[in-house]
Amino acid sequence: MRRLIILAITLLLALLPALNLAGLGVSDFVITVVGKWLCYAILALSIDLAWGYAGILSLGHGAFFALGGYAMGMHLMRLIGPRGVYGHPVLPDFMVFLGYQELPWFWWGFQSFPFAMLMALLIPGALAFLVGYLAFRSRITGVYLSILTQALTYALMLAFFRNDMGLGGNNGFTDFKELLGIALNTPLARALLFWSSLAALGGCLWLGTSIARSKLGRVLVGVRDAEARLRFLGYDTLQHKLFVFVLSAMMAGIAGALYVPQVGIINPSEFSPGNSLEAVVWVAFGGRGTLLGAVLGAFTVNGLKTWLTSVAPDLWLFVLGAVFVAVTLLLPRGLIGLLEKRR
Amino acid sequence: MSGRALYVDGVSVVFDGFRALNNLSFIIEPGELRAVIGPNGAGKTTMMDVITGKTKPTAGIVKFGDTDLTRLDEPRIAMLGIGRKFQKPTVFDALTVFENLELALKAVRGPIACWKWRLAAEQRDRIEAVLREIGLSERGQDLAGLLSHGQRQWLEIGMLLMQEPELLLVDEPVAGMTDQETEHTAALLARIAGQRSVVVVEHDLEFVRALGCKVTVMCEGTVLSEGSIDHVQNDPRVIEVYLGR
Amino acid sequence: MIARLLAVLLFCALAASARAQTSFEELVPRLGGGFGPAAEAAQALGTQGDPRALPILRALSEGRLLRNAEGRVILDGRDAATGEAIAAEGATRINLNNRLRVVLRGAIGRLALSSPNAAERRAAADAVFRTRSAENVPLLEDALSREAIPEIRALMELALGASRLLVDDVTVQRAGIIVLSGAGTAEARSLLLEARAAKPELAVDIDAGIATIDRRLAIRRGFETAFQGISLGSVLLLAALGLAITFGVMGVINMAHGEMVMIGAYTTFMVQEALRHTAWAAWSLPLSVPAAFLVTAAVGVVLERFLIRHLYGRPLETLLLTFGIGMMLQQGVRLIFGAQNREVLSPAWMQGTLMLPGGLPVTQNRLWIILFGLAVLALTMAAIRFTRFGLEMRAVVQNRRIAATMGIRTGWVDAMTFAFGSGLAGLAGVALSQIDNVSPNLGTGYIIDSFMVVVFGGVGSLVGTLVGALTLGIVNKLLEPYAGAVLAKVAVLVGIMLFIQRRPKGLFALKGRAAE
Repeated sequence: MRRLIILAITLLLALLPALNLAGLGVSDFVITVVGKWLCYAILALSIDLAWGYAGILSLGHGAFFALGGYAMGMHLMRLIGPRGVYGHPVLPDFMVFLGYQELPWFWWGFQSFPFAMLMALLIPGALAFLVGYLAFRSRITGVYLSILTQALTYALMLAFFRNDMGLGGNNGFTDFKELLGIALNTPLARALLFWSSLAALGGCLWLGTSIARSKLGRVLVGVRDAEARLRFLGYDTLQHKLFVFVLSAMMAGIAGALYVPQVGIINPSEFSPGNSLEAVVWVAFGGRGTLLGAVLGAFTVNGLKTWLTSVAPDLWLFVLGAVFVAVTLLLPRGLIGLLEKRR
Repeated sequence: MSGRALYVDGVSVVFDGFRALNNLSFIIEPGELRAVIGPNGAGKTTMMDVITGKTKPTAGIVKFGDTDLTRLDEPRIAMLGIGRKFQKPTVFDALTVFENLELALKAVRGPIACWKWRLAAEQRDRIEAVLREIGLSERGQDLAGLLSHGQRQWLEIGMLLMQEPELLLVDEPVAGMTDQETEHTAALLARIAGQRSVVVVEHDLEFVRALGCKVTVMCEGTVLSEGSIDHVQNDPRVIEVYLGR
Repeated sequence: MIARLLAVLLFCALAASARAQTSFEELVPRLGGGFGPAAEAAQALGTQGDPRALPILRALSEGRLLRNAEGRVILDGRDAATGEAIAAEGATRINLNNRLRVVLRGAIGRLALSSPNAAERRAAADAVFRTRSAENVPLLEDALSREAIPEIRALMELALGASRLLVDDVTVQRAGIIVLSGAGTAEARSLLLEARAAKPELAVDIDAGIATIDRRLAIRRGFETAFQGISLGSVLLLAALGLAITFGVMGVINMAHGEMVMIGAYTTFMVQEALRHTAWAAWSLPLSVPAAFLVTAAVGVVLERFLIRHLYGRPLETLLLTFGIGMMLQQGVRLIFGAQNREVLSPAWMQGTLMLPGGLPVTQNRLWIILFGLAVLALTMAAIRFTRFGLEMRAVVQNRRIAATMGIRTGWVDAMTFAFGSGLAGLAGVALSQIDNVSPNLGTGYIIDSFMVVVFGGVGSLVGTLVGALTLGIVNKLLEPYAGAVLAKVAVLVGIMLFIQRRPKGLFALKGRAAE
């Protein structure tokens, strides 16, 4: 039954861009907004994998999302080529403006799409490995890890705000033109990005479910509930935590990479700690440790946000705050828990 | 089973100037069942922590066969064949009884290997055999969190059996159990011993007597007396610090 | 030294002879006698140092001085020389040329040096410094002998040193170098560098002087870094003290702590507005201290009793809950007060800069915040150690059940402890209102730093919080000149992450409820 519902919803979603292309009552706005939500859902899924299963609550997952986004952004900037305002054949506008003479070394290779995509995976993955290794090795868990990851994304935000990082400073990247030879402002590009996001979400969901159902999933639950016991059973839990944390960071990186061409901008505010916390609330609201709940939460909370910010923008932060309070006090198992109780 | 012996020689552990273990030495022969008793704060749990790698000794040698345990961490020591049961039963409440045993099963441990791993038919049979042995055949699909206190203790012992350890460290297995459960546990431990070495830390002297094995009495981080239960019960030093109270 | 004295005597003698030559009354009319005589007269007036000449020369330089057909010089309807009333009909403006302007500037500066008005003397010292000339030396020496205000003395010394360098006498020039190196400022240093290029024969003396200045500048920079570091550290201390109670002692992660600080700052603003037109206006800041404590403590009690206590023992949920609360508090304040910054004024006794001996500047409001931070820390420690409430709090932390059996109302103690921590956040808000913009997101910038302080200093230890706050503050300020403010912050965060690797136990030595 559940499988059928998921399949139906997936097909319905997949149909949206087709209807938009055919001019059948689905606006461009809907495609962009729902496409964005799909990316958020991937981010939520990645958080749930680490938090819901292994109990690793990262308050800095937005950093991995943003890093993936920056990798994609760098590729898109390279693709602008001579079409920038200053018309420089290689250097992006902001570099011309800041007086760069040549491309910094860390921009090398980003003109290649496969390379940029690899970086969108590897950079978040490598950062997660480094932070995870240092943190897990010294047995930093629970809230300490949360605060540490929050400090991490905060530090990255401060760093990315600087012009001399060579990554666009506080304006970030924007004015993208094309991706894989397709102009970004066309309905076709929107539809393809939408479908890619949907496919990526499906892929991540499949991957997550496969882990959750395997013995690894049960080991992760063990890490969450009684890590010491697991170590005495011979599991070197550092490995399992690192594995799931890095995998989760990479998923967030994919989400960010798909997000940037759809919204057309990436700037350091994506690193702001508030973003990461908001994503955690999507997971909590949907129901953590269920994967599907994370996706559900991302869609409902963002749906609410899109609606409220247009109707009563002043109220949105109250409502979001109330969602935080409600899920922790009244809905510990989230929407999924509520639905299952009904049944 | 041929097995390896456990040597603990001159081990001291100092926490912030407090000596939890003080020049502790003993040997557990392969296949031996040993009971360790002692008053609160005698260092029994610290001794287990040292053997299983949770605490690094300040001084002294801990060897299992030829392997120096002080250099290894908990997972490696566990994989070497040393199992431990905690004083407070710790099982994975959010998993079923069957899954608890499956996690303990001697099989792959790494993350990717665990992801790919599938339960083989003979492994399933082994889990079911252990379920029968600990008397939880009917409860295999229930969440471990729903078990009674005694059942959780047995499940944890079952998990130790799944690990197929050469040496088992059991911390107060019958604390808080009913008489009937205690009896059942004693029988369970007796059956396990013989195939492997077992060290039981216990307060309950009736239970220790029921085990019928050599007894080590610890006090203030060191061995006070060692021998049969009758021997130690008549040792005047033991009577003074422990039994005489 | 003797050479210097001789030089001084020589110039005094010269000045005295000039004074003897022509009287004030004679000199003033000459100001209207054409460019040449006017310049000479102005020069002479400036050298004589008669205070009456100052407004006249000023008027001349501003083009307000008139001259009538009889050759009398008129200022504001009076004869400038005698002061008697005179009609200004038919009088013409006295014109200036460039040479006269230069002479006037110097003369006015010299006259103003002996003005009874401090601000005037300061401006004059500055003017004399800029119109450097050898003739200023005796005047400056004279003025310096009477000057009491350190700041003006410093300026005069600078001008004196600079002027002496222009005197055509190596001994005097050496004296100038000594004065300049004694001034010890960056300005003096660049003057010396300039002179070094012009007078190679003095290179040895000048280099020694520059070395002296560099030493003094280094000391000054070191002092400034330390002061700024301690000042930042005391701000961090204030912000982190409340957390050290709620997080360190109770184990409650309060992500709304920053918003408590913000509410404290807004309370300060409200107290200021309420007292603005009353006799108490000058006391609004001290009165804000208890007000902010009570307001935030009350908010804390409400939050603890209605929300947070339901989540004890579940830190991750508490974190999310309090973050949500913080979000609502922030938005609430934004709706009530608007998103723009509110200004909280500093009382007069907190403004200005104190000069320590050796020219080391101390900003008064920073100094007050340091003292306030230490006072709050001391009171907090005393409250925990010596009061009944502190005893009960420690008892509940150590063993809740036994404390309860001994008749301690543990729920009440929880609420009061949380209120105490929140109240401390309110006090931090009062202090922050003096140095930061009072805006709804005031607290956001401090919350992560505060957690870092608590974690770095060791959870549950107030002394650790003090050490952590000061260390972080000073390290931040030490790194800033090399890395810039932002990178310094990033470096500190990374440094803490690495430090945690080394001392996870020492840092996370949890006591109490959060221990397991």
